[in-house]
Amino acid sequence: MKRESEAIATAAPPLLDVHDLRTHFALRGSFAGRLLGRDAGSVKAVDGVSFALRTGEVLGLVGESGSGKTTLARTVLGLVEATGGSIRFDGEELVGMSERDLRRHRRRAQIVFQDPHASLNPAMDLLTAIGHPLKIHGVATEEGALRRAVSDALEHVGLTPVERFLHSFPADLSGGQKQRAAIARAIILGPDLLIADEPVSMLDMSVRAKILELMLTLKDEFDLTYMYITHDLATAKFFCDRIAIMYLGRIVELGPAEQIYDDPKHPYTASLLRAIPEPDPSRSVPRDVPRGEIPDAVAPPLGCRFHPRCPRAFEVCGWESRDLRTLLETRWTRLSEDDYEAERRVIGDLDALDEPALDCVLPAADGHFPDDAMSVFEALRSDEPEDPFFKGVAEVGTDPRGVRVRFNDAMDPRDLDLDGTRVQCHLHDREALEAARRAG
Amino acid sequence: MSMPALEPVAPGASLGRQRGVRRLVAPFRDANGVSKAVVWVGAFITTAFVVLAIFAPVFAPYEFDSFRTDDGVRFAKQEAPSAQHPFGTNVMQTDVLSRVIFGSRTAIQVVALALVVSLVVGLPLGLISGYRGGPVDRGLVLVMDALIAFPSLLFAIVIAFLLSDTFGRGVVTAALAISIVYIPQYFRVVRNHVISVREEPFVEAARAIGAPPRTVIRRYVFQNVVQNVPVIATLNAADAILTLAALGFLGYGIQPTEAAEWGYDIKRAISDAGAGIWWTGLYPGLAIVLLVTGLTLLGEGLNDVLNPVIRRRKTVPVAFPRRPEIGEGNEGAP
Amino acid sequence: MNGPVLSVRDLRVWFGTPGAPVRAVDGVTFDLVAGETLGLVGESGCGKSTLGRSLMGLLPEGAACDGEILYDGANVVDLATRELRSIRGPDVAMIFQEPMTRLDPLMTIEDHFLETLRTHESDLSKAEMRRRSLDALGGMGIPPTRFGQYPHEFSGGMRQRIMIALALVLRPRIVIADEPTTALDVLVEAQILSILSDLRRNFDTALLLITHNLGIVAEACDRVAVMYAGEIVESGPSADVFRSPAHPYTRELLASIISLRTESLRSIPGAPPDLREPPPGCRFHPRCPAAMQVCPSLSPVPVQVGTGTVRCWLHGPEAMIPAGGTAPLEHRTLEVADEA
Repeated sequence: MKRESEAIATAAPPLLDVHDLRTHFALRGSFAGRLLGRDAGSVKAVDGVSFALRTGEVLGLVGESGSGKTTLARTVLGLVEATGGSIRFDGEELVGMSERDLRRHRRRAQIVFQDPHASLNPAMDLLTAIGHPLKIHGVATEEGALRRAVSDALEHVGLTPVERFLHSFPADLSGGQKQRAAIARAIILGPDLLIADEPVSMLDMSVRAKILELMLTLKDEFDLTYMYITHDLATAKFFCDRIAIMYLGRIVELGPAEQIYDDPKHPYTASLLRAIPEPDPSRSVPRDVPRGEIPDAVAPPLGCRFHPRCPRAFEVCGWESRDLRTLLETRWTRLSEDDYEAERRVIGDLDALDEPALDCVLPAADGHFPDDAMSVFEALRSDEPEDPFFKGVAEVGTDPRGVRVRFNDAMDPRDLDLDGTRVQCHLHDREALEAARRAG
Repeated sequence: MSMPALEPVAPGASLGRQRGVRRLVAPFRDANGVSKAVVWVGAFITTAFVVLAIFAPVFAPYEFDSFRTDDGVRFAKQEAPSAQHPFGTNVMQTDVLSRVIFGSRTAIQVVALALVVSLVVGLPLGLISGYRGGPVDRGLVLVMDALIAFPSLLFAIVIAFLLSDTFGRGVVTAALAISIVYIPQYFRVVRNHVISVREEPFVEAARAIGAPPRTVIRRYVFQNVVQNVPVIATLNAADAILTLAALGFLGYGIQPTEAAEWGYDIKRAISDAGAGIWWTGLYPGLAIVLLVTGLTLLGEGLNDVLNPVIRRRKTVPVAFPRRPEIGEGNEGAP
Repeated sequence: MNGPVLSVRDLRVWFGTPGAPVRAVDGVTFDLVAGETLGLVGESGCGKSTLGRSLMGLLPEGAACDGEILYDGANVVDLATRELRSIRGPDVAMIFQEPMTRLDPLMTIEDHFLETLRTHESDLSKAEMRRRSLDALGGMGIPPTRFGQYPHEFSGGMRQRIMIALALVLRPRIVIADEPTTALDVLVEAQILSILSDLRRNFDTALLLITHNLGIVAEACDRVAVMYAGEIVESGPSADVFRSPAHPYTRELLASIISLRTESLRSIPGAPPDLREPPPGCRFHPRCPAAMQVCPSLSPVPVQVGTGTVRCWLHGPEAMIPAGGTAPLEHRTLEVADEA
């Protein structure tokens, strides 16, 4: 089923063409800040995403929470307003479209949500709920026609005998049945694009297969195009033709499913693959999980956003002041309390390092000399000389305030095409490798 | 998408309505015995007063302001309870029992009208404010919070006073004054509930299928918010009775010539107390206490039964049966 | 290793309802040994969370317990609340699923630790308490500079790590982890699992890991117990159970998992039973592809199979199966409407 869709004519224009899409949520900031006109910053949930979706294709959008995949889906549907960029759906530009026109657009693009227990209106029975899209768009308003259409949809999703379900309320149904009902509601208008936002992650393992099977059947029956959002690479591999790996608002790798799994190009993709728990007792818990966690989308790391966690980062990946703070604090978790106290006393206010900068000062505490702070830095370096962080340090020296650290210039990763896979990683960028050699 | 036509199915709409009714009744069936009892008692008391109010002329032996019999014989003044006047008469030579009964009519009228006005104004404002957000919401919240900040009785007095020029000092004025005091409460409760429901996935799903905002509010938000209203309404009604009585007591309520009112009667009865005349104050007072209690019991009972967070289902205590012969798990612990 | 730290014998936990009681846990027997991780795995509604809570006496009102939970010579089922509270914490600690909602938002991390230590080890000096807390947190990768922060300043993964540190600071002998990584992403999940894995090595703690994710059980647990409809249907060393599952439910469950090697989808027909009226005999028989005539009439008995134990008539004991009992059972076709 999946293989056949690859024979789709690539000459036809894509159904969905997204270019440099950005969705930022403004933060309110403090009252005083707003009065003084200070910009409180924004959460850059989607920060420059481009991809194309061909008719009949299944594109997987894989990422952890905080990656922006959910916001991306909602922006494509117009449920959330885009801040910039372009979304062309069958030639029509969606960014900047009026709310009324967007509602019209929703006949052609629908969504199935993650939580089957919460996406159905508890006060509506299935006949009303599934028939509601038809009523809203004026496709069928007369009771008999509605009933016929809804019964038909229920049959397609496997909720039979239909009589039993037409007048059930969501509270009467199990999780899998609710999700089937949600799918019925999404397909009843005959959309071209169906976005599935983690449709099976809240269902039991033995039920997931049934729902995925249903979705595949419907795809073939109704010529649907899917955008399948998940954090589970295993189901994505099975279900999708192409996969886009998202991290902190950007697509870091995009390519055919087979290639992503056989030969991941981005270190993040590789670590995701290694971390999937397999019911294979000969494997044990992976020990080389990238350190740290996905950072805040308000002020993403400089350069490549993955660099603080990447085991293969190097000179130009964007090392900066905040990484120094993280490294120092991680070191302190491993020291005994006395050693920690001794070092902490010497260092001043670490908040000075929170402003992202390529040139910063690790301050010495009041009453202590910059040399003391330097010895802490040296201890840090001698303990972990192989840490990628030190590749990023261009120059270290003392300064009246403390230890002055200058980092190499950060390079923003750009889209590289490698054999059908698109990747954003300096490891594959000849220019970046050149620059690193010069700096090193 | 091709959809083969189905045979028209036998009308199942009635089945839908049956199931809908069953859903409404279900919480009552499952409820704990104590909660059910409370609801019944409250409902009984409240209904009794409503019946009294509607059929006042039937139940009351005299008019609320009649001070003499049909033959023209004046009633005695402050006469103790007797066969002719079961609750006695008061200083104005009117029958206390009749005044209590007609007083319930006044109370029910005022409170019902006030309830309707508060709901009609407060509910839609709360819905729109909660759903839309933004400057409209912020403005309305500011206004409503300011209104709540006023001491309610004082506020009612002021409004009654201001409205009395236009509407006179009758049922309408009292009802409007009271309703203005309670509008912010409905607004606040509805708005808060809307804000939490608005974030629910099914509301987003409604937008995703293309529903315009008024449909989303009406079919998805309202239906899930309205369950709170009966409880708030009954509890507010109880409070409204007290406010009305207070208005009457202070002399800002209903004109005595227009209708009987319990608070006013109590005020007139104060001076009687010193002289040992207890019937003029006791009965109106008892009526207030009884009706307020009835409404409160009804409201709290409904809350216990309907509120999914605190409701306690009646449970059959668990009795473990004797262990079966086969299928015993005592041997072979893994 | 000594004898088991915790022994559960024929435990039943039933919930009262307006009608028939819900038989959430219906005759469960197992042992927990020091320094070992036991994975309790099953789908939603099988009773595993209820079982976990009953071990600490954390059941809601309306629940009734029967059977034995033997800890340190006493039966937890019979203990009064006060005695229960004294073993909760220093002896048995619990890690919950949603770390967001389990930490008091108005207390700093420091406050949380001090409160815990003061309650159970009040003879420690404040300095010693601080040292223990920072130690526990350091082991979880939480830097001491963040000791004074509030829960909302941490991410979900870090909050879960704080919860684990809080559970471990009292050095309990038993830790019960109820779906500790279900709400977390796969990389954070891997981090947490390696922390939990190290527990048995470093502290000799017995860990009961309750989850629906067979993958993490395979990778992180020494032994596994599979639960279905309130009963443990199979248990044994996880390597053996996963390699050659003895119970049809375990086999079907393993087959329905979608992993990187999945070529085609498989699912189990039907749905888990209503625990108010479980099917007679073996509870899995309506959905079992290998059901026999005896299965609906008699409840299977635990039988030793290799290194583990199974409750399934396919494995005997022969002597207890009546004549003709081994003939295959005709299933009524399950409609899609009956499915989960």
